[in-house]
Amino acid sequence: MAVEGKTIDALSQFELTHVAAGFTNSNLYMLIGGVAISALMVLGMQKRARVPGRLQSLAEVSYEFIYNMVDEQVGREGRKFFPFVFTLFMFVLFGNLLGMLPYAFTFTSHIAVTFTLALVVFILVTAVALAIHGTKFFSYFFPEGAPIALAPIIIPVEIISYLSRVVSLSVRLFANMVAGHVMLKVFATFVVLLGSLGVIGIIGAAAPLALNVALVGFEFLVAFLQAYVFAILTCIYLHDAVHLH
Amino acid sequence: MEVEAAKALGAGIAVIALFGVGLGIGNIFSSLISSVARNPAARDAVFPIGILGFALTEAVALFALLIAFLILFA
Repeated sequence: MAVEGKTIDALSQFELTHVAAGFTNSNLYMLIGGVAISALMVLGMQKRARVPGRLQSLAEVSYEFIYNMVDEQVGREGRKFFPFVFTLFMFVLFGNLLGMLPYAFTFTSHIAVTFTLALVVFILVTAVALAIHGTKFFSYFFPEGAPIALAPIIIPVEIISYLSRVVSLSVRLFANMVAGHVMLKVFATFVVLLGSLGVIGIIGAAAPLALNVALVGFEFLVAFLQAYVFAILTCIYLHDAVHLH
Repeated sequence: MEVEAAKALGAGIAVIALFGVGLGIGNIFSSLISSVARNPAARDAVFPIGILGFALTEAVALFALLIAFLILFA
């Protein structure tokens, strides 16, 4: 979350006029995330032991996890998209997990970041569908066998639902991270407020404190789950693009 | 009506969506439990789908929360 006392102007994040606007702490944590992912992969796979150590099995498990997911969801043709999905998953996962460190900045809690990621996915999926199927891709918006009289209703609905993928994909990740961190802060405020009431208050403050500890654990689950959901939805969209329906 | 009061009411109305989300998440986990109880061998295949359904449904609650925040603070 942002440093206290500073508010973030959400819309100005989309301004394209300041190309070299400076190095924000969002950029810093993206860089840390990228370096951490590279370090995990490079250092983890350096030894190539037959019986993997902790770091190596972490690298192998994450690789296999995404590989199996892409293979199951997209099929054989999807293997060439594996590097993309893997990069996306690791970037979002490390963004979410880095945000769980005290005093750290969660870059996935910013709509500008998640919307850009979702837009990259959307443009890639559409480009892949057009490259594979050509103009046949537009039959995606009208399911086979539907009565032709329903076309004026079905086609706009399908087009809107196709376009709203960008919004739902980005807002899901962004809202989850924001809501989770806000919830942690709200319960932390309860602890401080109750603690200022004296001895009875300090005893009472134990309850929100305990709940906050449990919530931190839950947030770690959400951090992983949202990265997983982001990756699996990318796979599902890629499946639609490769196979049409 | 005062603008502040209208904002508070609007934010309250916006989170009525949680009614449906509660039903949905309950439904997902009840079917997950009953399918695992019927066929425990299918647990590994069914569990990720249930979690995916949970995450997608939970997102609807967060959309409602976002709208409530927008009404209150934007």
